[in-house]
Amino acid sequence: MNDRSDPLSRDVEIINKLGLHARSASRIAQIAQKAKSDVQIIRNREAVDAKSIIDMLTLACAKGTNITVRVNSDTDLEVLNEIVSLVEGGFGE
Amino acid sequence: MADREGREIVLKGIAAAPGICIGKAYLVYREGVNVIRRYHITEAELEDEKRRFKTAVKKSTEELRGIIEEIPEDFREHAAILETHVALLRDKMLYGKVIEQIEGEKINAEWALRRVSADLKAMFGKMADPYFRERSADIVHVSDRIMRNLSGKEQVSIKAIDKRVILVATDLSPAETSQIQLERIKGFVTEGGGMTSHTGIIARTLQIPAVLGISNATDLIRNDEIIVLDGTDGTLIVNPSDYTLVEYEERKGRYERRKAMITRASQLAAATKDGVAVQVMGNIELPEEVFQVRDHGGNGIGLYRTEFQYMGRSGFPGEDDLFDKYRDVVEIMAPDPVTIRTLDINGDKAASYAGAFDEANPAMGLRAIRYCLTRPDIFKTQIRAILRAAAFGNVRILFPMISSLSELLEAKKMMCQAADSLAEEGKSFRADIETGIMIEVPSAVIIADILAQEADFFSIGTNDLIQYSLAIDRGNRYVSHLYQPLHPAVLRMIQRVTEAAGKEGIRVSMCGEMAGDPAYIPVLLGMGITELSMTPQAIPAVKNAIRSLDMRETAVFAEKILCKTTGKEADAFLKEVYGHIAEQTWLG
Repeated sequence: MNDRSDPLSRDVEIINKLGLHARSASRIAQIAQKAKSDVQIIRNREAVDAKSIIDMLTLACAKGTNITVRVNSDTDLEVLNEIVSLVEGGFGE
Repeated sequence: MADREGREIVLKGIAAAPGICIGKAYLVYREGVNVIRRYHITEAELEDEKRRFKTAVKKSTEELRGIIEEIPEDFREHAAILETHVALLRDKMLYGKVIEQIEGEKINAEWALRRVSADLKAMFGKMADPYFRERSADIVHVSDRIMRNLSGKEQVSIKAIDKRVILVATDLSPAETSQIQLERIKGFVTEGGGMTSHTGIIARTLQIPAVLGISNATDLIRNDEIIVLDGTDGTLIVNPSDYTLVEYEERKGRYERRKAMITRASQLAAATKDGVAVQVMGNIELPEEVFQVRDHGGNGIGLYRTEFQYMGRSGFPGEDDLFDKYRDVVEIMAPDPVTIRTLDINGDKAASYAGAFDEANPAMGLRAIRYCLTRPDIFKTQIRAILRAAAFGNVRILFPMISSLSELLEAKKMMCQAADSLAEEGKSFRADIETGIMIEVPSAVIIADILAQEADFFSIGTNDLIQYSLAIDRGNRYVSHLYQPLHPAVLRMIQRVTEAAGKEGIRVSMCGEMAGDPAYIPVLLGMGITELSMTPQAIPAVKNAIRSLDMRETAVFAEKILCKTTGKEADAFLKEVYGHIAEQTWLG
């Protein structure tokens, strides 16, 4: 697992029915905007900016997709955790 | 469109509204933004240009926030979509990219925005998943809003047409048609749409010639170019020759003289030769159409469709809003009656914010009274507005899609509750208004005798009644030829309704298309229907037909046509006896 080798990133599965759609992406972006460093969502080695809804939408993540969330500084670990728990919780949908 | 120089092009579309017009084309793009200019800016202007863009985004954000605030609690769903739009306004891929383009390319903000949004649209358009593909619509909405604020207020929307033009568009949404200053429009040309599309209905009602379904109209026609439109036979001529122009000027004159002749006679009373008075009323959708009804000699509104006020907006309209719209019509029409039909949404006119019901068969789904009974809050708001307007004239209330007695009783109960609440608040209103139902579902016909005991009047909606009775979707071209107003089943149903109403002594009116077609008037009068309501411009021709008929003769005729065993036979019999009536119309 990634999160062992790299403390700044964690893998998570998208479990909500609609996938990473506009509204869930906008909630991630909201959290990511608090980060001082860059926050990325990675799918199949394609990395996008978690502060941009549009960028996240281009990944077209449906339900069941595995993604990696990554921050670039350990000062933003809280942001990382917040995003991961949001995704794990199915965005509360 | 490159090599068509000088050649006259004749195109055929759907003849959606009669009339001839010759004029300059005015192109409306789907985005509502007409022309975007591209120009370079100097280094010195750079900061100003970026600031201009930022201000436009800020203003857009404020606008959206304002809309969100007005959305009632129940419509969180819709608010969430707009919240996403607010976030998109500041999205790096949009906001950041536009700033980058302004800086890097030294171009104006409009052009930079257009470029960036076009790229994003193209990117989403290529995605395989339909959900993600459709996100390009969100990008369009958001960038349109910024664009509007960039280019300054409304000048880019169709509201601001400053000369008499023929509107050419890919398609027009109800929200867009409601924005148009109609007195500036000579004619309509659209790529999409058909007879029953919104543009078609509006054009017919306002008597603006329309040719719809010209698939490449916006490519073929250039802004400001002279075009000829004949909405009577669906002809559109681009680049007309001098000869064609002269010919159509003449045709236009003939058409208008003939129309004027019939219209002049329209203010005469509608009574049959043997002196039976028939009430001829108009169907309206927009408050201003009440003038059309008056001008065409209608003495009342037999059907005031109220859906329009619920469309093209972000949330349900408030009571005062509705009250104003109803009161306008009621005051102008008084003392003649205004029949207000309560909300008939979620059939073919679903309001986007009303919750997207995914129904396989919306015509038989949660619509009209069924929908309203599940949403007492929305229903009572409308009823309260109607009862308040009733204090200003002669109002009748009409419930659509009634299929059982319990629906009518429940609706009446809500009416009482609405009246009680108005009384408590000390508002002025009238509660003792005539309460009627639409007869448009076959079950209502079968139990008409039961319903007649609780209703003050019946209004037969032939379009839906025929569709539901014969199980024919008129929009489906494979079966539309089976749609027969004179099918024996339809005639028997109308007869059954008039008989049931006669026994209880309540009135029957008809507000479907059948009522507005002079050809069918002998049949309807013969069955005892003496209240008709139709699209306003059909009134003169129908009145004309009534004046040439003898009520007793039509009764004898009706008895005979009821014995015909097929719709075809009935049609032939009608033509044989009253064929001359049908020819009097100038509409066809």
